[in-house]
Amino acid sequence: MMTDTTMSAPSKTKSKSSRPGTLALLLNNTLATSGLVVLVLICLIALAAPILPLADPDVTAPADRLLPVFAEGHLLGTDHLGRDILSRLIWGTRVSLAVGLSATIIAAFFGSLLGLVAGYAGGRTDTLIMRGIDMVMAFPYILLALAIVAVLGPGLLNALYAIALVNIPFFARNIRGITLGLSRREFVDAARLSGKSPVQILFLEILPNVLPVIVITMSTTVGWMILETAGLSFLGLGAQPPQADLGSMLGEGRKILFTAPHVSIIPGLMIFALVMSINLFGDGVRDILDPRLRAGSLTRPVSRTAVHRKADDIPAPSQKGGVLDVRQMRTEFEIGSSVYKAVGGVDLNLKEGECLGIVGESGSGKSVTAMSIMGLVPTPPGRIAGGAAYLDGEDLFAASDRRIRDLRGGSVAYVFQDPLSTLHPLFTVGDQLTEAITTHQPMSGSKAREKAIELLSLVRIPNAKERLSAYPHELSGGMRQRVCIAMALANDAKVLIADEPTTALDVTVQSQILTLMNGLRRERNAAILFITHDFGVVSALCDRVAVMYAGRIVETGTTEEVLANPRHPYTAKLIECVPVLGEPERRLDAIEGRPPVVNNLPEGCAFAARCPHAQAACRAGEIGLEMSSDTRGVRCLFPLNSGASA
Amino acid sequence: MNQISQKPMDSEALLTIRDVERIFGGGRKLFGGQLPAVHAVQGLSLDVKKGETLGVVGESGCGKSTLARLVVGLDLPTSGSITFNGEDLAALARKDRNALARKVQYVFQDPVASLNPRKTIRTILEAPLKHLTDLKADRREARLAELLQAVNLAPEFLERYPHEFSGGQAQRIGIARALAAGPELIVLDEPVSALDVSVQAQVLNLLDKLKDDFGLTYIFISHDLSVVESVSDRVAVMYFGRMAELGPAKEIFRHPLHPYTDLLMRSAPAPGRHDLMSEDASTELPDPYNPPKGCAFAARCAHRTETCIAGKPSPDESKAGNNHIAACYHPLGKA
Repeated sequence: MMTDTTMSAPSKTKSKSSRPGTLALLLNNTLATSGLVVLVLICLIALAAPILPLADPDVTAPADRLLPVFAEGHLLGTDHLGRDILSRLIWGTRVSLAVGLSATIIAAFFGSLLGLVAGYAGGRTDTLIMRGIDMVMAFPYILLALAIVAVLGPGLLNALYAIALVNIPFFARNIRGITLGLSRREFVDAARLSGKSPVQILFLEILPNVLPVIVITMSTTVGWMILETAGLSFLGLGAQPPQADLGSMLGEGRKILFTAPHVSIIPGLMIFALVMSINLFGDGVRDILDPRLRAGSLTRPVSRTAVHRKADDIPAPSQKGGVLDVRQMRTEFEIGSSVYKAVGGVDLNLKEGECLGIVGESGSGKSVTAMSIMGLVPTPPGRIAGGAAYLDGEDLFAASDRRIRDLRGGSVAYVFQDPLSTLHPLFTVGDQLTEAITTHQPMSGSKAREKAIELLSLVRIPNAKERLSAYPHELSGGMRQRVCIAMALANDAKVLIADEPTTALDVTVQSQILTLMNGLRRERNAAILFITHDFGVVSALCDRVAVMYAGRIVETGTTEEVLANPRHPYTAKLIECVPVLGEPERRLDAIEGRPPVVNNLPEGCAFAARCPHAQAACRAGEIGLEMSSDTRGVRCLFPLNSGASA
Repeated sequence: MNQISQKPMDSEALLTIRDVERIFGGGRKLFGGQLPAVHAVQGLSLDVKKGETLGVVGESGCGKSTLARLVVGLDLPTSGSITFNGEDLAALARKDRNALARKVQYVFQDPVASLNPRKTIRTILEAPLKHLTDLKADRREARLAELLQAVNLAPEFLERYPHEFSGGQAQRIGIARALAAGPELIVLDEPVSALDVSVQAQVLNLLDKLKDDFGLTYIFISHDLSVVESVSDRVAVMYFGRMAELGPAKEIFRHPLHPYTDLLMRSAPAPGRHDLMSEDASTELPDPYNPPKGCAFAARCAHRTETCIAGKPSPDESKAGNNHIAACYHPLGKA
């Protein structure tokens, strides 16, 4: 039954480069690219110094001292000893770059090592290492560097050591934090159970995951290191005469700043260009490598999903009426060069006090459907590509942003899966509830408070008055979800959209929440759109159910009808997969294969590839949702039990 | 694998847990004083017989994951003993962790998080073969092929990275890794709760088949009663770090003794079921820092009496034939 479900590798190779690559992303960032160009240019010139036709940087010519810029034979003039500034600048840049880079590498190596060991070992080792690091950090860095140079004696190499040492804490603290998080992860436990020793785990399992962070930290510190080297050289503690280095050039030119400004301004500008280009490039690298930023949080969030639909392609409201009427809604995500059709033409209809369940597996588009209705799908990459959603006859996709803001949390309210991440951790439950109330209904603080207490009692929270001053972390999961429901009900919502509200909860708490929601919709006559993957939960609460697969509704009907007599093969299979309490002997019937990826939907029925009853006709043309009665419909050419009781 | 199948199947205890306790926190503060302590697992005694599947059910915070980590040696008990084939597990874990890992393995709840994102599947699956067995390189290669075959994955998956897999496939890889060194006991910590229902059925069927093929013993931990019922021979119900009820799966689900088991069963939603049992909102888990003196479930229990609040019932306070025990003074189904 389940053999070669995954024996044949799916066609994964085809759309390999649908996401833009790292380099493409970098080039897309103008500032980072210009930083890179300047940096590469400077590095090339500095590297080429020995083969360029330059004057010897250390040869003095007192007769030609302090020549201005563009003087004969000296493009950038000469300094107070008659040395060619251009030559000294290029050779000096070489030194500064070399020192900055090696100091970074030394600091990164030792800092990361300390951080890794401290983060992984924990306990006393961690305390010991980190308190040592704290002590280094507690000194002003320049003072510490000065002290080190004072002990070791001035010189470029000693300045390098000093700067590297001063920067070790920066790496150590950063890397320790990351390691600490990683070493509590399951794959580390798994490696331990695979027989790996702590050293192997640290360097073979954790280090590869920390490496990007080390690179990011390095890219953002190189510029800073170069500045620090220049600072020490400026004070006469780094490069010793006659060796050229950007800092020492600046220091020497300082004395004659007013008589011959170009002697100090030119190295100053070079330091500026170098550090600026490194920082711009480093920021670009960080944005690309940092997974948190890569996920799209760098794009400016838009308050509402973009709507791209043709003016002549807006379906009229259906004849059924109802509070919420979704018609042919399509939502797409454009990622790289491919378009993911997450929702491909969904019709929903909700009447007052009715509960409609949307059931589907992960990736079936049920959450996107729910989020699209009030424009909560992030843009980019998401957009509403067609269809309409009518709330009491008003087209939500055509409404103004202002109107949508009023409706959100007002007439249409959401309850999400994870109440801990929905509630703000720094405000009390009471603050958040009163805010939800006063945003939509202007009223005095004390009145809003009364209303908040009333709402908390409505969702059966004991001691409502005391609970107002509780923070979310002080409440249990079930209590938090009750608070979320209270917030959703704060402004007499007509439609409540609940996206897996009980999935994160324990069974006993789940049954409490389901009972509560069922009671509330009868009391308040609110319509509920309930999204879940669990047919058991649907039975407990929903009047009607719509089964989604690959972004479309494949079957709809009253809960009893669909459960007792599923007509789409997918629905039937899905119900058979669920183990039922009290029937342990029942063999679980798995569905072979995997759902199609929505950027590459097959022609015809999306389920055909996994369907035991599929025929040639299933793989061609559009298959409509055939409604056999007012509520019952199935998107299948050869539905099950067609002759029997349907 | 071979050495396992040679042993005859019998019902002797493979794993024995006696009065195990695990306390978190409770250390001393820098300037005297005691840090607050939580009893994650308390007074737990339990046998796992060779060749059986023991289901462990309970809600979040009941200590079932702590129990799992204790059994595989990722954590050590504060007091009490766990013996595997007569050998003390804590001593073994301290002395030779790899010897323990050869006998007891673990399958994680979140299949994707349990695979290192920067390693290929080959590196991940080779690790236990390298460190836990003394197979030569060519035999390892053959073993890898066997493992993939056993969990129904295509050989070309070896060179891929974890993020290229769906949850179900990743869990098969996790199972293959647990099988690699030929363990006798596998602890499955919520192995299907992160998966879609259709995939869940695939993985459950696979686990069933592997158990028969390799003569394995399972400890199957889950919060989902229907899943536990469909896979287990015996079931342990845990509440607040203690055993509430222990017995053959059929008896527990047909005639639960402990009111908590009954509550769990009546709370579980099922297709076609409308009337969910629902308690009052005020019923909450007891505060772990300030545990009640008596039965931890008493505050939620309809049958509680003075006895329940005064003292804790012993794990075998009430019995009903065939090794069915419950920690309850007033078991259900008895007058």
